[in-house]
Amino acid sequence: MRARVLVRPKEGILDPQGQTVQRALKALGFAGVRDVHVGRLIELELDDSERLPEMCERLLANPLIEDWEIEDDHRVPDQGAERP
Amino acid sequence: MRFGVVRFPGSCDDVDAFQAARRVGDAVILWHAERDLRAADVVVIPGGFSYGDHLRAGAIARFAPVMGEVIEFAHEGGLVLGICNGFQVLCEAGLLPGALLPNVSLRFVCRQVDLEVVNNQTPFTGACDPAETLSIPVKHTTGRYYAPPEELAELSAGGQVVLRYAQGHNPNGSLEDIAGVCNEPRNVFGLMPHPEHAVDPLTGSAGGLRIFESLRAHVDGRVAV
Repeated sequence: MRARVLVRPKEGILDPQGQTVQRALKALGFAGVRDVHVGRLIELELDDSERLPEMCERLLANPLIEDWEIEDDHRVPDQGAERP
Repeated sequence: MRFGVVRFPGSCDDVDAFQAARRVGDAVILWHAERDLRAADVVVIPGGFSYGDHLRAGAIARFAPVMGEVIEFAHEGGLVLGICNGFQVLCEAGLLPGALLPNVSLRFVCRQVDLEVVNNQTPFTGACDPAETLSIPVKHTTGRYYAPPEELAELSAGGQVVLRYAQGHNPNGSLEDIAGVCNEPRNVFGLMPHPEHAVDPLTGSAGGLRIFESLRAHVDGRVAV
């Protein structure tokens, strides 16, 4: 099966990367973008996802500074398939 | 006394740390894949880019075979010094509180900074005068110290903030100008600046030597902490 883990900076922690992207969008004329946060997407091919939360806690994210979220395989299109 | 300097694939300040340690004592290199601290009195986790700093700085290195020994050594009260990448590794390993985030500028910084010795009652700063200023270089991209607000207050109150950047010298946006912290029992210390690069006036400053001298004095029992 395939799974995706989304890792993002915890709310309240200064995210200069997100701020830079927000400023760049504004400079390009995209109005009304109130907040931007840049995180990380980790795609895994694995036998089962039972231990995925443990993987997130121990390695994929640092729970002190990052939130993580698992997207289950149903929402991940097959490789090569047209993405929405 | 003997320093053991850990060498990971990607370490790059291990030789400078080794040479700095040799100014005050004996030193050996500890290979990351070995589970032997070779009877070191002080373990140094040096700067660099351990395991390529992939995922997060220090995230992979904390699981290196040698780190199992370092963690056990630290829990038994052994002295552990983490410099720059070593500080990141010790935070990831849970031996030190907090985490290091990308610099606010999102840029690599390399400059000499002034550091205020906030707590000289540690094995790492015992040879410093109270509120002494040390001039030591920093060079990093991921050095912004962060801890949750309530933990920051505890660190300050408990004397765990050992070094702060002097006013106007914070190079990375670290909260409360924190440059170096220790654990509660004060036997594990991490800092972003590089004391091993500041051990001789010939190369700019000798402020960093104070850290190594402090360790020597502590191990020799000359400074009671």
